[in-house]
Amino acid sequence: MSIEVTAVRKTFGDFVAVDGVTFAVRDGSLTALLGPSGSGKSTLLRLIAGLEAPDAGRVVIGGADRTDTPARNRDVGFVFQHYAPFKHMTVRDNVGFGLRIRKVPRDRIRARVAELLELVHLEGYADRYPSQLSGGQRQRMALARALAVEPRVLLLDEPFGALDATVRKELRAWLRRLHDEVHVTTIFVTHDQEEAMEVAEQIVVMNEGRIEQIGTPRDVYERPASEFVMGFVGPVTRVGDAAVRPHDLDVRTTPAAGAVEAMIERVVHLGFEVRLELVTGDGLPISAQITRQAAEELELRNGQIVYVRPNRLLRAVA
Amino acid sequence: MGALGYLGLILLGPVGLVFYRTFEHGLAAAWNSVTTPDAQHAFWLTVELVAISVPLNTIFGIAAATAIVRHRFPGRRLFDSLLDLPFAVSPVVVGLAIVLVYGRKGWFGTWLADHGIQVIFSVPGMVLATIFVSLPFVVREVIPVLREIGTEQEEAATTLGASPFTTFRRITLPAIRWGVVYGVVLTTARALGEFGAVSVVSGHVAGQTETLTLHVQDRFEAFDLTGAYAASVVLALLAIATLASMTLLRRRGAPA
Repeated sequence: MSIEVTAVRKTFGDFVAVDGVTFAVRDGSLTALLGPSGSGKSTLLRLIAGLEAPDAGRVVIGGADRTDTPARNRDVGFVFQHYAPFKHMTVRDNVGFGLRIRKVPRDRIRARVAELLELVHLEGYADRYPSQLSGGQRQRMALARALAVEPRVLLLDEPFGALDATVRKELRAWLRRLHDEVHVTTIFVTHDQEEAMEVAEQIVVMNEGRIEQIGTPRDVYERPASEFVMGFVGPVTRVGDAAVRPHDLDVRTTPAAGAVEAMIERVVHLGFEVRLELVTGDGLPISAQITRQAAEELELRNGQIVYVRPNRLLRAVA
Repeated sequence: MGALGYLGLILLGPVGLVFYRTFEHGLAAAWNSVTTPDAQHAFWLTVELVAISVPLNTIFGIAAATAIVRHRFPGRRLFDSLLDLPFAVSPVVVGLAIVLVYGRKGWFGTWLADHGIQVIFSVPGMVLATIFVSLPFVVREVIPVLREIGTEQEEAATTLGASPFTTFRRITLPAIRWGVVYGVVLTTARALGEFGAVSVVSGHVAGQTETLTLHVQDRFEAFDLTGAYAASVVLALLAIATLASMTLLRRRGAPA
């Protein structure tokens, strides 16, 4: 189902959490709400779910205005940041909860739960309690629980936020594949731009309760609409008046038209890439990132004079 | 070791002595003392007071704790502090206050008398006194547990389609159950052992308005030491039974 949010506003006392936000996601899409903490992205997600009521604005799900529909009637699957497992229930009872309160016959619940546990790779864990699961397993259980009632949209609040780095990476790829299988319209909240880039088809960048930009991962990275987006979705360095990504700089040892002269202060090896910390004659720092191969060919070392030229500018206004 | 010695001195010694004195003249003497009509009546009246005040205070306690933790309303802080009043006020004062309000010359005295309801020197007054003094236990046990579990599980249930009542019954109540059980045990213990407030409003009529604690005093003043000790032992056994049932429940409730 498509989701349309129109001019939604939410305040908590004096604090404006969401300040007139409008955006739409199409049926079956996978969208990331990306922003720093306090940018209003989690509140926006809760507004869509009906866990918060907006002060103004409308929330339309699948063409129907749901602004005044209570959360329990919105058919929205919600996965909480800390998964909110029902601690006194087994994994089976957690996943089957939504079906049980809908009075679905027992044998059908059992079959559906088994099917979902297979989907989230928790087949052998039906009789465990949440306290006996790892963080990643709890998260997948929460996902299965949300999917059990066949929600029309799936909302995930910082789905990978509480996991360690390796599990995070695995789960990202897995969520992507899951979305391809299940095809439910999905919005997830994240403060990690890499995560948003990797998983989402569309990114909504938020800052201070407002939307800064909506676009594909490539759009927001290559054509940031504002200074904020530019800095938030990736590294930025300045060459003269131009803002540029460090890997969009040509580095050479001979002067060239439009190139800026700089001295290498430090060569940092990052594996496949090498980061150069440069300083211009005016004392301004520049950060450049080139491949290891290019660095070796140029035989770069500390103290050397090089010439850098942007080969792709960011459109953002400085 | 020091703590154990302290416990022995303060708790185990005196209680042990009571048990010893009770059975000093043999089992039969003790049995005869607790089976007199007055003692039996005191026993059942105590059970009755507990049976009325504990469920009421449990329901009130859960509702009040939920209101304080989960809702914002004007006067919430005041309400919260008022709940501690029964702890702060001496039970004797509580008893007097009830007499002042419901007694013959009290605010509702005339109205009550006109309708043939007697509160003071009668069981209703004793119920009121018992409820009052044992009011805060469930609330005070449940509030921190409610705070700790947070709202996420309840919200999760809501998004899965659960009504507020279903959410409360299937999510909140199981999550706070140990707080409730502990609160109930404390409420029961307090209701069983209350003396001051009940004493003021009861009128001390043996066989009519005498609870076990009042019966102990009555026997003691009548120089029936065996009777006093035996009734004390009954009280102690009731308390021990309450504690034991909590421990049993706890063991059965594991894990989680």
